[in-house]
Amino acid sequence: MVRLIVDSVEIDVPGEMNLLQACEIAGAEIPRFCYHERLSVAGNCRMCLVEVKGAPKPVASCAQQVRDQRPGPNGEPPVILTTSALVRKARAGVMEFLLANHPLDCPICDQGGECDLQDQAMAFGRARTRFDETKRAVEEKHFGPLIKTEMTRCIQCTRCVRFATEVAGVPELGATGRGEDMEITTWLDQVVTSELSGNLIDLCPVGALTSRPYAFNARPWELRKTESVDVMDGLGSAIRVDARGQAVLRILPRINEAVNEEWISDKARFIWDGLARQRLDRPMLRENGRLRPAEWAEALALAAQRLSAPAGSVAAIAGDLANVEGMKALLDLLNSLGIQNRDCRSAGERPGAGPREGYLFNSRLAGVEAMDALLLIGTDPRREAAVLNARIRKAWLSGQLARIAQVGVATDLTYPVEDLGTGPDILEALAAGTHPFFGVLDKARRPGLILGAAATARPDGARILRLAGTIAARAGLVLHANVEDGPWNGFNVLHANAARVGGLDLGFLPGAGGRDRESIVTGAQQGSVETVLLLHCDEIDGKDLGTAFVIYVGSHGDAGASRADLILPAAAFTEQNGLFVNTEGRIQEARRAVFPKGEAREDWAIFRALSAQMGKVLPYDSQGQLRKQLALDHKAFAGAMGDPAFNPEALGELGPVDAIPFAPAPNFWLTNPVARASRTMVECAAGARRSVSQAAE
Amino acid sequence: MSVRRLAPAAQQPASFTFADDSRAKAQWWLTKYPEARRASAVIPILWLVQKQEGWLSKPAIEAVAEMLGMPQIRVLEIATFYTMFNLEPVGKYLLQLCGTTPCMLRGAEDLKTICKHMIGPKGATSADGNFTWIEVECLGACVNAPMIQINDYFYEDLSPEILEDILKRLAAGETVPPGNFVRRDTSAPEGHALTLIDERLYDGSRGGPITLPNAPEKLPANADGGNG
Ligand code: SF4
Ligand code: FES
Ligand code: FES
Repeated sequence: MVRLIVDSVEIDVPGEMNLLQACEIAGAEIPRFCYHERLSVAGNCRMCLVEVKGAPKPVASCAQQVRDQRPGPNGEPPVILTTSALVRKARAGVMEFLLANHPLDCPICDQGGECDLQDQAMAFGRARTRFDETKRAVEEKHFGPLIKTEMTRCIQCTRCVRFATEVAGVPELGATGRGEDMEITTWLDQVVTSELSGNLIDLCPVGALTSRPYAFNARPWELRKTESVDVMDGLGSAIRVDARGQAVLRILPRINEAVNEEWISDKARFIWDGLARQRLDRPMLRENGRLRPAEWAEALALAAQRLSAPAGSVAAIAGDLANVEGMKALLDLLNSLGIQNRDCRSAGERPGAGPREGYLFNSRLAGVEAMDALLLIGTDPRREAAVLNARIRKAWLSGQLARIAQVGVATDLTYPVEDLGTGPDILEALAAGTHPFFGVLDKARRPGLILGAAATARPDGARILRLAGTIAARAGLVLHANVEDGPWNGFNVLHANAARVGGLDLGFLPGAGGRDRESIVTGAQQGSVETVLLLHCDEIDGKDLGTAFVIYVGSHGDAGASRADLILPAAAFTEQNGLFVNTEGRIQEARRAVFPKGEAREDWAIFRALSAQMGKVLPYDSQGQLRKQLALDHKAFAGAMGDPAFNPEALGELGPVDAIPFAPAPNFWLTNPVARASRTMVECAAGARRSVSQAAE
Repeated sequence: MSVRRLAPAAQQPASFTFADDSRAKAQWWLTKYPEARRASAVIPILWLVQKQEGWLSKPAIEAVAEMLGMPQIRVLEIATFYTMFNLEPVGKYLLQLCGTTPCMLRGAEDLKTICKHMIGPKGATSADGNFTWIEVECLGACVNAPMIQINDYFYEDLSPEILEDILKRLAAGETVPPGNFVRRDTSAPEGHALTLIDERLYDGSRGGPITLPNAPEKLPANADGGNG
């Protein structure tokens, strides 16, 4: 700890802090453009100048460490001034230089109203300009369909370059030329290929990089802001949904250090246009092969009639976007009807039965930073959980996570990965301890593995799960509290969708003697399952359901709805309050930002109404009551801790696995109905396909 | 200075390969740095490429990036930062004409007229492909102003006539030795020396023992042992 005096406030701060951080701790506000907590220090904007007593000139506070400050002549603590006349003059001067070449186009700039340059010019700048030369203009650049560029506005802070290089791990942006002619560009105007590229928009302190889909849509002060969580992947990143009237106009990240730090993936950020397209806004039923609009009463009556058929001929599958309340209400209804054919593992994954640890990301997302060796099994974190991938990269960059290996189809994950092989047969060698990487895990102090849930969606999936668990048990990935270095649990299952863990926590799984997802599908094909209810489930190809009567409850006209015989329109995740449990078991709420479209209703309310129709009224009349019931019925929602004696070796089933390679991750952009309805996502996917085929040529 | 870009696609060659000689030299540079710091060799290797080709083309930059394991944009940043790297083809002789004040006062403007007349506009290459001229800032030879750097060497104390003669000889395939083009020894005054000509400076007559005013009477014992 070093003692400093900042504007007459005495503070003790660690020596490796920079002066800017120290000043903030002392309560002083330091303007800045280039400095960002999560990026390396560039020290090139000079906006953060402060006066250090005894120093001949103002110093850039972001680039000076506390421990490098000299004490006064009699050993007094170093004195920093942040509001002195010298500092004010220095800031005004820097501001004047920045504005000299900055266009006066705030009225047509999307950053207007949330622009660091605007705000700081107001707070620290001079009232009028002395500059009457011509301003520079910069040729237009192209960063792809997501980011709109207006490089004349760029102030060369290089935050974007540092983000792309350091966090996103795609060193594609650079600053060419120098001095007045410095320009931010990509090599030959290529598109930025990161799944995190949208974060450049937030980082850019001015309007040089703005959101292309949102361009000229709204001003920040017109927007109603709702804090929510993302459901595009299993991480549950913290987001803010900005809406005007009944339209969601953009989605931004919020800070949650434990989950997404302050990044979100491009899918989380840009699917919002999909929320307004392909929507199911009224009940429909199929007559003579065509869907026709219907009234709720008629639709509910038909659904009730189908569901009251013999329990063995009815089944329900909950999909990737279902919230906990909806699944809970459906599950309670199924129970009251004695329907055992049900599954929430709509892609056919295996983890689920047994203790919670068997399907959670147990080390927690932030725990990745503690790991020193990591094994990826059948997962592509860059596509399945882009923000987590950035964290793995961060751990690797810091030197902490020294060894990363992968069993599965190798792709560029932005950090070096040892490629152990493509198929699960490698896991047998690892589990037997004969593979060299087993030794690496075994010796590591905080070893981890990440098993892609989707990788178990194959006939030998349960055996893959057993093998992963065996590796975890034998290589010391799970250390209970009573052993040295414990507790630590490096056995991690990565779910690529938002609904699954919630479903598993509810036990939305086949009841006694009931069918699971595979067997429901086969049953439908053979005709023994006559009615299938799909809740926000579009992961099953309609053709696979044979001639069964399909009731689709969901928000978008996608795979499920096009096969459906009866559609009950539900609200999307931005239109209802709903709980989602992320892949590490964190219960979070997605909140309503706008009202449901047309006659669509909240998920749980649909099943509540249906239960009334069937004379099996569910014991709750409001969402609040439902949540109380939830906590009573399921210990995961009552804050229960996990199983202290969790043994990963007991997961899945014992048996040989095939050498068939793990399936590569589906493309990043179009993984769910909202994304598929989004023009932006479709355009991104098409662009990616183009560049892949170009690269192949 | 102006914005520096890669040359337009029409000027770009289809490919680039290191000549054996430049490859060997590049290897020498690479051995100077640890494997993980290969990128440190980027400037000398770009310079070798420029020596080989006269300029840096897109395929050449890609080849250097590949050789050093650097993203292409990182190499482009360096190539655009340093104006000594030519991003467009230049003539066999690149004339860097100094236009800064001392040279200007001594007639750089007249040299420009000659260049414009004999070669063409600034930055353009002459029709025979022999010459390109550009204007640069002070090259540190102001004493011998006005001057031009032709490829790697300084041609100093020029006049329009001398420059014209040099260009003609170069165009005819002759080699013109660099240096100054008036009768003087390097940067000494023209003709003969005008200062430091007193003979007594050199015959020792003005020498003699001196006493430093504050020197100690006697040197401390270990005075000569300082550096061991
Ligand atoms: S584009 Fe934005 S983030 Fe990038 S250097 Fe310019 S001002 Fe900074
Ligand atoms: S914030 Fe310190 S120099 Fe930019
Ligand atoms: S001014 Fe021409 S060399 Fe210095």
